[in-house]
Formats: sequence, structure tokens, C-alpha cells
Amino acid sequence: MFELLGIPPQALFGQVLLGLINGSFYAILSLGLAVIFGLLNIINFTHGAQYMMGAFVAWMALNYLGLNYWVALLLAPIVVGAIGVLIERLLLKRIAHLDHLYGLLLTFGLALIIQGLFRNYYGSSGLPYGIPPQLSGGQNLGFMFLPNYRAWVIVASLTVCIGTWFLIEKTKLGAYLRAATENPTLTQAFGINVPLLVTLTYGFGVALAAFAGVLAAPIYSVNPNMGGDLIIVVFAVVVIGGMGSIMGAIVTGFSLGLIEGLTKVFYPEGAATVIFVIMVLVLLVKPAGLFGRPA
Amino acid sequence: MTDLATTEAASGVALAETDDSTAKLHRNLFIAIAALLVVAPFVAYPVFVMKVLCFALFALAFNLLLGYGGLLSFGHAAYFGMASYVCAYTAKNWGLTPELAILLGTAVAAVLGTVFGALAIRRQGIYFAMITLALAQMVFFFSLQTPRFTGGEDGIQAVPRGKFLGLISLEDDRALYWLVAAIFLGGVLMIYRIIHSPFGQVCKAIRDNEPRAISLGYRANQYKLMVFVLSATLAGLAGATKAIVFQLASLTDVYWTMSGEVVLMTLVGGLGTVFGPIAGAVVIVAMQNYLASLGSWVLVVQGGIFVLCVLLFREGIVGLVAKWIKKPL
Amino acid sequence: MKLKTFLATSALAVLLASPAFAQQISVKAGVLNDRSGLYADLAGEGSVVAARMAVEDFKAAEKGIKVEIVSADHQNKPDVGSTIARQWYDQDGVDLILDVPTSSVALAVSQITKEKNKININSGAGSSDLTGKACNANTIHWTYDTYALAQGTGGAMVKAGGDSWFFLTADYAFGHALERDATATITKAGGKVLGSVKTPFPGTDFSSFLLQAQASKAKVIGLANAGSDTTNAIKQAGEFGIVAGGQKLAGLLVFISDVHALGLQAAQGLVLTESFYWDRDDQTRAWSQRFAKLNGGKMPTMVQAGVYAGLLHYLKAVEATKSKDTATLMAKMKEMPTDDPLFGKGSIRPNGRKMHDMYLYEVKKPSESKGPWDYYKQISVLPAEQAFQPLAETGCSLIK
Repeated sequence: MFELLGIPPQALFGQVLLGLINGSFYAILSLGLAVIFGLLNIINFTHGAQYMMGAFVAWMALNYLGLNYWVALLLAPIVVGAIGVLIERLLLKRIAHLDHLYGLLLTFGLALIIQGLFRNYYGSSGLPYGIPPQLSGGQNLGFMFLPNYRAWVIVASLTVCIGTWFLIEKTKLGAYLRAATENPTLTQAFGINVPLLVTLTYGFGVALAAFAGVLAAPIYSVNPNMGGDLIIVVFAVVVIGGMGSIMGAIVTGFSLGLIEGLTKVFYPEGAATVIFVIMVLVLLVKPAGLFGRPA
Repeated sequence: MTDLATTEAASGVALAETDDSTAKLHRNLFIAIAALLVVAPFVAYPVFVMKVLCFALFALAFNLLLGYGGLLSFGHAAYFGMASYVCAYTAKNWGLTPELAILLGTAVAAVLGTVFGALAIRRQGIYFAMITLALAQMVFFFSLQTPRFTGGEDGIQAVPRGKFLGLISLEDDRALYWLVAAIFLGGVLMIYRIIHSPFGQVCKAIRDNEPRAISLGYRANQYKLMVFVLSATLAGLAGATKAIVFQLASLTDVYWTMSGEVVLMTLVGGLGTVFGPIAGAVVIVAMQNYLASLGSWVLVVQGGIFVLCVLLFREGIVGLVAKWIKKPL
Repeated sequence: MKLKTFLATSALAVLLASPAFAQQISVKAGVLNDRSGLYADLAGEGSVVAARMAVEDFKAAEKGIKVEIVSADHQNKPDVGSTIARQWYDQDGVDLILDVPTSSVALAVSQITKEKNKININSGAGSSDLTGKACNANTIHWTYDTYALAQGTGGAMVKAGGDSWFFLTADYAFGHALERDATATITKAGGKVLGSVKTPFPGTDFSSFLLQAQASKAKVIGLANAGSDTTNAIKQAGEFGIVAGGQKLAGLLVFISDVHALGLQAAQGLVLTESFYWDRDDQTRAWSQRFAKLNGGKMPTMVQAGVYAGLLHYLKAVEATKSKDTATLMAKMKEMPTDDPLFGKGSIRPNGRKMHDMYLYEVKKPSESKGPWDYYKQISVLPAEQAFQPLAETGCSLIK
């Protein structure tokens, strides 16, 4: 039996898999940010709060309406996406003509409000949310015990990521979107309703965050602070990947999850900082990020 | 497109021209501030006033970078907090006198600012904000994981206020107050000088039109780095002073919410105005103080102020006054 | 000038007023805790409710003691906490500060209390340093500390056969302290620690570390962390079938509010130590039911119970001495045995440590629970003398 750096290969393989699962969350969240950034040119600081709202909508659906996980998986993105549409229409639109940094500040303020409200009503210790019965239990893969739910997280996030990529890169709607990103005025002149497209895009990006939130609800504790710290890591992921391509966001998300996972095995103390260190290195070599276009 | 840092220019108040009457107005304002500083400890609770002064200086430093460098940093807590740690550590463990500890803390912030600045100014706008945020988060994790230096989540507590120059005991709040007031006033005057120096003018030129400034032969990146370092240094001065005032340096000072707070103070007071950050710090610190019993509602109120300021009130308090009297403040 | 006049008038007013109220002592107690963050559920408004109940149960008004209770949110930040404490003591005339969860804030507030020569009865914080190397004559530490938790959970688990351990330790000073204290207890009791892993703090995903713990084949996985770190780790341990696989989870700092947040499905089988459980006897039940009515149906945590008992003891001392002098009161409180419906009879040691029994509980299976908040079954009682650190070992400068 050979060992790799003191860790048996089976254990290592298990950790790689776990890293990919965490990467799934990074990928969906940074994808959402990338989609929003592409068209609106703002960094959505509320993304973490919207991720949290997704988890909470799942919890509320279960406890107030008796709707199960699968319904929530559909319902939460719609509800939170609709709130996103409102935010765009009522607030972001008003500052669209200003420096994009105002968008950052506005969404930062919104994040504080949302987090504060949820804390007031639901406290901070978190709420219980069980794994759906269809996905409880797990498979013994020989090298590790893989809970069914984790396997589902990878499948679901890959599906959503690839679906989004397909939507944007290969469909007509996606073509409009890309056109509007390149040159909104010209696209508008071709008779495409760009403001509507902007609103829907924001709603869609937010819905992705909410979807990630529902995915997270059964495995992480559902609490108002769950998105606050995560969003900063996702920011670093975005800086590393650069805002160039949809595929870039997905690939960076998964690979950083993987790297973080391996750090947890070899040097657990560094797991919190490894992504930031990589960010610094990437900035030194490629300031625009791995997949970004130079500004 | 309106630039974040030049709202006041858009609202019809030119900042660059400092004619005689404006200079006189500013001088009178400085005298008024100095007078207020003298009266303040007798009417208000000195510790509260010192807290306001530290945060005002921090906001002023932040505003130097945003208002005159055109760069929005979301990671200024790193310099503020690191200086606060160094100051607290050296005052407590090496027995340095307060002024030396503060100077050392400030110097470390300057070094940190140079390193981070060199990395961050490679990108602009939103990327710059995100990079500074991520770098500051690294400092946070460093502080969390080196309890031998930072005391971990307990922070460095019971920092001795010591004797100024080894002679005057600062244990009494009033005595310490004069030192803090002097540091604050010194900081404000220094920032005012920087802004109105040829260096400051070049920075403004770069902020408003970087390609043009470059074509005129200015090395834009060097200027940007310089203003970044100055801003980080002054933020460090504020943080180090705060460590002596509260006899405490803690993780709060390096956490990203601290970076958010200083943005809020500057935004409320007026981005890119000389006196705005001071007003903003007064409003926000007072609000936190009086709403402390409300718990999470403080967060909601702060977020609400953020949103309102961005939507309706982009000039900030001082910016509005400046617009009203048609003179830059 | 104006100021002087004002001072003169108010001094005069006090002089005139004081004879009339010679019998009346007025006390101002500040409940300083987390009202919005991680610990808002275990302390928060509930601690204020508990303090009010203490005043009511003591019948303070009838005994000529006027008690006013103020409260504030320290947001778990030492700087915010120390600012409030200073202001309370300097400006608002607060006589004692209660609760103060979060060790960092607790240490800061204790320090200021000493400086201003007031009284601090801590209930919420865990750090055993409060009565150890950071002890002072103005602080009483009421409810629990990390040493006692480690003694309870660590010692009892080893006795019950859980003699090999693996730690998941939050990578910050508090987590390290928990691991250190527990390791000492475990080795002393004859168990051994097979390994530990430092987890980034705050963390959300513990699966990787749980796999390492699983691979270690240790009988017990010790969770040297707190708050959402603990709840996340427990939740994920369930997911990876760790408890089902025969390993036991031991929470070194878990409160009933955490168990409530997790739900029994996820928390079942968890072993933990507390000094108070609402369903322990008739007295605690009666009090807790009253409390729950005032606190939105939530049962009290041991921290909230400690605030009640601490204030009650303070008021007794005020009544006995008819004084508000700090030294007199502290001496009285330490000399007088404690007795209250929640913690029973006990005492306060010279270093400020409140002595009472600790209890080892196991979280019930969902099928065993008879209703909401029926969460624990008692495994054993740890007598106070065993639970808390021997005086000589505390390193407290008050003991010579």
C-alpha cells in the first residue's frame, strides 16, 4: 500500500471529492456574481444575504407551509429572484447611471438590512433543517462514506452551472444578453428591451444564490450570518477567475474548492487563508485574473 | 458617467480652485474645530469624544484615498487594526511610552500599506475594492491565528496608557484627551496640506483623467501608491491612538465590518470633502452609542443609512452644506 | 459658570433629598450581553428577563431597595463592551454589570470593573482565566467555565468507556483552551487523545475534518468549538453517519439553545455538561415555566439562570449590609452561602468562583422526547469540588 505525502490515496480521494462539493457552492455563487456583473457592472454585495434568504425560504416553506425540500428548491429561487427583481427595479435602476461603486455601496447596505432583520426575527443560533428523506443515508465507496446528499449537491450544481453556460453561450436569449453586455445602446436600437433584460438578469443571478442557499440548508446551519463571510471568499474566487467568462467562473469555483479541500488535509491551519494567498499570487502574475480580459 | 469621488464637482462646486475667501473660510473652520476640541471634554464624556476623534481621523484617512486618489478601499480595517495591535503590543510587552508605541504602530501600517498598495493598485474600481477587502481578510485571519502576538479573540487587553514622554501620566481621561486631540488636529492639518499641495493636485488630475495625466508625463501608479500609503499610514495613526484610548486592541479592528463602517462614515459626511468624514464619524459613532441597546436594529439602521445615502443623499452632510453655501468644504 | 451652578444645585438637591430617603438604597444593574449575534439566544433579552425576575422574586421594593435594570448590546466586541462598561460606571451610575458572555469582552469588562471599583457578576463567559490568572477582587464568575465543562464532559466520558479521543478544535485561543483543558482531564482519567485537527474559524464545512476523525477510529470525537461551528459539525457528523458508526460526539461548549437550533434528529446522542437544566426538579421547572412565558416560549439557558441567581445573591448582600460599598458587598457575598431555586446551595470562593454541581447530560432521541424543550437525560452529577479547578492551581493572585 503506497502513501502519498503520508496520506493513504483512498483518504486523499475522499478529500478531493469533498473539496469539489464545497467548490460547487463557490461555483454557483461566483457564477451568479459573474452574470450580474456582466450586464449591470455592479458587484452584488447582497449576494451572501440572498444565499441566506434562499436557505430561509426553504425553512419557512417547510415550517409555515409544509412544503418539502424539492418544492423549496424551485420555490426559493423564484421568491428570492422576485425580491431581486424588485430591488433592481426600485433601487439599483436609480443609480445605474452613476459610478458602479455606488452599486457596491448600495448592495452592501441592503445586505446589512437583510441580515439585521433576519437576526431580529430568527436569532443567530440557526434553525434546524433536515436532509430530505429521499437523499438520506449514503454509499460506502470503499475509500469513503459518501452521503447521498453530498453526491446530489455535486450533480445539482454541475447541472445548474452547465445549464447556465448553455443558456448564455448557446441560446438566442444568451446572445441578446451578450450583445447587451458589449453595447447596450446598440442592442436597444435593435429593438431589444435592454432594461427588462437587465432586471431579469439580476433576478436570475439572485435566484442562483438562493438555489445555492437551499442546497446548503440541510448541511450547513440555517442562520442569518451564513452568507456574510462566505461572500468575501467568493469575492476572492471572482478576483482569481476574473470576470471574463461564464465558464471561467465555474472552473475557478470548483478548482478553488478542491485546493481548499486539500489544504484542509495537509495544512488545516491554512485552509481559511489559502484562497486569499492564491489571489495575491494570481494578481502578481495576471492582474486581470485567470480568465479575465485585461481592462 | 459620474465618478464616485467627484459628486461635488458634478453638483456645481469646483474643488480644485481654492480662492481667498474659501481659504479664509477653511481657516475659520479649523479655528472653530480647535475651539470645539478645547470645550468638548468639559461638556461631553471625554472617552466618547476620543472615540469620535479616532474614528474621524480614520475616516479622513480613508477619504484621502477615495476623494483624492479615486480609489474605494474596502479593506482599510487592516491598517487601522494592525497599527492598533502593534501599538498595544509594544506598549504592554515592551513597555514603550505611548507616543513611541503609537509611532511604531503607525510605521507598521505604512509598511503594510506599501505592500498591499503595490498589489491592489494593479486594478481599479470594483476590482480594487474586492482586492483590498480580500487582503484585509487575510490580515484578519493572521490576527486570529497568532494569539501570541494578538491575543487571539481576547485581543490585547489592559494596555497601559503609560506616561507621555515618560513624564506625564495619561491615566486620567482628561490628560489623555489633550494628546488625542493634538494627534487628531495634527492629522487633519496634514491631510489638508497634502490635498492642497502640488502632489495633491496631481493626484486629483490622475483621479479625473488618468490617461491624460500619464500623457503629461506623470507616473500615475507611483502617485496612486503614494496616496495609498499615506492613507494607510494615517489610518494606522488612528488605530494606534485608539488602542491607547481604550487600552485594547481586538479583532473587531481588523474585521471587514470595520472597513464597511469607515466607508459609511465618509459617505454620510460627504465623499471627497475635507470636513465631511469628521461630521460622518460624529453621526455614526453617536448613533452606535445611543442605539446600543437596540441590538440588531443598529445593523438595520446602518444599512438603511447606507441605502438612503446612496439613493438620495450622495453629497453627504457636508457636501450638502457646501452646495448650499457654494464653496468647497 | 453654568456648569458650576448646575453642579451646585444638583448637589444641594441631593443633600436635601437624602434624609427623606435615608432608608432607601437604590441599585442600578446593567445587563451587558450579546443581543444580536451568535450568543443572543443563550443570553440576550432572556438575561434581562431573568434579572427582572430576580428583582421581583426578591421583593426588592418592599425591602426598601430600589432596583433599576439597564441593558445594552456588546455585539461580542471587546471594544464596544468596554466603552459601554466605562460609560455605565462613569456616567450612568451603574453599580454592577451582569452576564457578559464572550470571554474577550468578559475579560475587558472585568478589568474595567476593577479599575472603577464596581462589581461584575459574570454568567455568560467561559474563560476560566476570569477566576484564574486574570482574577480580581471585583469579579464573580457564576455559571460555568471551560475547566468545569472539560471536567464534566471529558472525565465522565472516559469513565463511561470513551477512553480514546479525537478533537475538532476551532483554530483560535478559546478552542485551543478547551482542547487543552479537556486533554488534561482525559489523560488524568486514563484515556488517551489520538489526535486533533485545527479547523478554520469560523467554519462552515467540517466534512473533511470529520473524515479525518472517523479515520482515527477514536471512540469519542470532542468538539472544542462553539456556536455555529459546533452546530455545523454536529449536523454534518450525522450526515456522514459518524454517530451511527459507533463513535460518540462530545460537545465541550454546547447550550440548550444550540440543541434547540439543531433539532433532536441531528443532536441526539450528544454528550454535554451544563450547570442548569430547566427540567431538573420542581423548583427549576416552576421558575422556568414563568420565565418562558415572559421570553416568547423559550426555556432559560444556564447563562440566563446564572444572571437571575447572581443578581439575587447581590441583592441579599445589599439587604444584609445596607450598604453599596464595593468591598463590603464583595466580602459579604463571598462570606454568605448562596441559595437559590436554580442552582441550590453553594458558595463563592475567594477568587470569585461560584461553586455548584455540574451535570452531565445526553441529548435524547426524538422518540424519547415528550414535547418541546424536553431535550436532556441526566447521566451523572459532578460535585462542585471536582468540577471546578482546585484553588491552588488557578494561579489567581488573590490566593496567597
